[in-house]
Amino acid sequence: MNMPFYVAPEQVMKDRADYARKGIARGRSLVAFRFDNGIAICAENTSSTLRKVSEIYDRIAFAGVGKYNEFDQLRIAGVRHADMKGYAFSREDVDARSLANQYAQSLGQIFTHEMKPMEVEILVAEIGHTVDGNDDQLFHILYDGTVVDEDMAVVLGGETDAISERLGAFEEAPSLTEGLQRAVNALAGPDRTLEPASLEVAVLERGTHRRTFRRLSDPEIAELLGG
Amino acid sequence: MNLPLFLVQDDPGPDFSQLLQRTGFASPSSPGGLAPEDYRHGTTCVAIRYADGVLMAGDRRATSGHLISQRNMEKVFPADRHSGVAIAGAAGPAIEMVKLFQLQLEHYEKVEGTALSLDGKANQLSQMIRSNLPMAMQGMAVVPLFAGFDLSRSEGRLYEFDITGGRYEEADHASTGSGSLHAGTVVKLGYSTNMSIDRVIDLAIEALFEAADEDSATGGPDMIRGIYPVVATITADGYRRIGDDDLATRTQAMVERRRGS
Repeated sequence: MNMPFYVAPEQVMKDRADYARKGIARGRSLVAFRFDNGIAICAENTSSTLRKVSEIYDRIAFAGVGKYNEFDQLRIAGVRHADMKGYAFSREDVDARSLANQYAQSLGQIFTHEMKPMEVEILVAEIGHTVDGNDDQLFHILYDGTVVDEDMAVVLGGETDAISERLGAFEEAPSLTEGLQRAVNALAGPDRTLEPASLEVAVLERGTHRRTFRRLSDPEIAELLGG
Repeated sequence: MNLPLFLVQDDPGPDFSQLLQRTGFASPSSPGGLAPEDYRHGTTCVAIRYADGVLMAGDRRATSGHLISQRNMEKVFPADRHSGVAIAGAAGPAIEMVKLFQLQLEHYEKVEGTALSLDGKANQLSQMIRSNLPMAMQGMAVVPLFAGFDLSRSEGRLYEFDITGGRYEEADHASTGSGSLHAGTVVKLGYSTNMSIDRVIDLAIEALFEAADEDSATGGPDMIRGIYPVVATITADGYRRIGDDDLATRTQAMVERRRGS
């Protein structure tokens, strides 16, 4: 008769967390920060078709690092959740906090109950309606369902400690130019420079448009970084 | 509402109506029999191609049987950034169809990362009209117009439909609704290729004015309340609604021309 080996739950969770962290560390990182007119997300990404940053709803954006197919599956689920909620209720009832909670529930469930945790870290960003940006929100969600409500800026990915240290603290929301330069320098580190072609930048921008999400083109990124 | 995660084989893809069905938002099944006549009805809309793209216009009247139920109804809507839809027929199902159509286009764009082609959008609308056929047979038909700026060809294009979902691309102009015969004739007579924006707006105002003159379900410009047709242009720069001030001036000019002053 075969007896299954006893493995302590602490060990199981630790192994899964290590596995997920290793997967995430293989990919490249991204930085999101609040600037004076909204929220910007800047990812290191050499592909111009396989996106890390995308639009979820009028004022909500999504960003993911780690395994592409896994965070893309979450992205699509988010778009579906938001569009269905907007259809059933009203567009203004769709909010990032509830979406972040849904993501956390799903990731937590998968982490404890499935064979393999998702090797992803995701970000749900939302710009509020006030001009000063005080109700802008950044929700950082980890592979095990942990949600962190970030204030000014957040780093997702493998070498978060090193990048966060280079990025430093944002006292108040910078201009897009200043913020982006800091973010790119933090992502690049002292030994590299990142070209616009290997960056993916998108913003949620306050303005008159209903859909506030906008991707920045390579020339636009080059201009911001050069200025 | 929980996070809609699907197994690979059950995934609805970028189709929003499929997603609604999967998640239990079923559309009502037809109860059979003819609908009573007092539901809201909207009518005349026109679409005209001009130099920069395409123009869409619709009157503002909704009727319930012989009563006027609304004077400021909107029948022309943006479908997305580069296309618009104008509705005629049963107002309830028509507005629901527009709402679903707008969502469908945006949903596709977000899930897939690129917008549908103009033909793809027209085809989507066609399928929605076809799925309304049981209701149409009971009298609640929806017959929209669809027009947009085709970015791949750099020109305006427009489509007519019938209640079965049949989709017919028109070269220059199209009209729908109870006043469409009169409005369509005015457009046909006044049409020339590559009209300027000024001429095409005046033509649309005139067409709806004539339709209102002959058809009881079409509303004319209401200068006392300041209600004018909804007129929108769709060009390479996107969908733009013409302001009421501009329409008021043009309507006034048309009235003076007709008085012969």
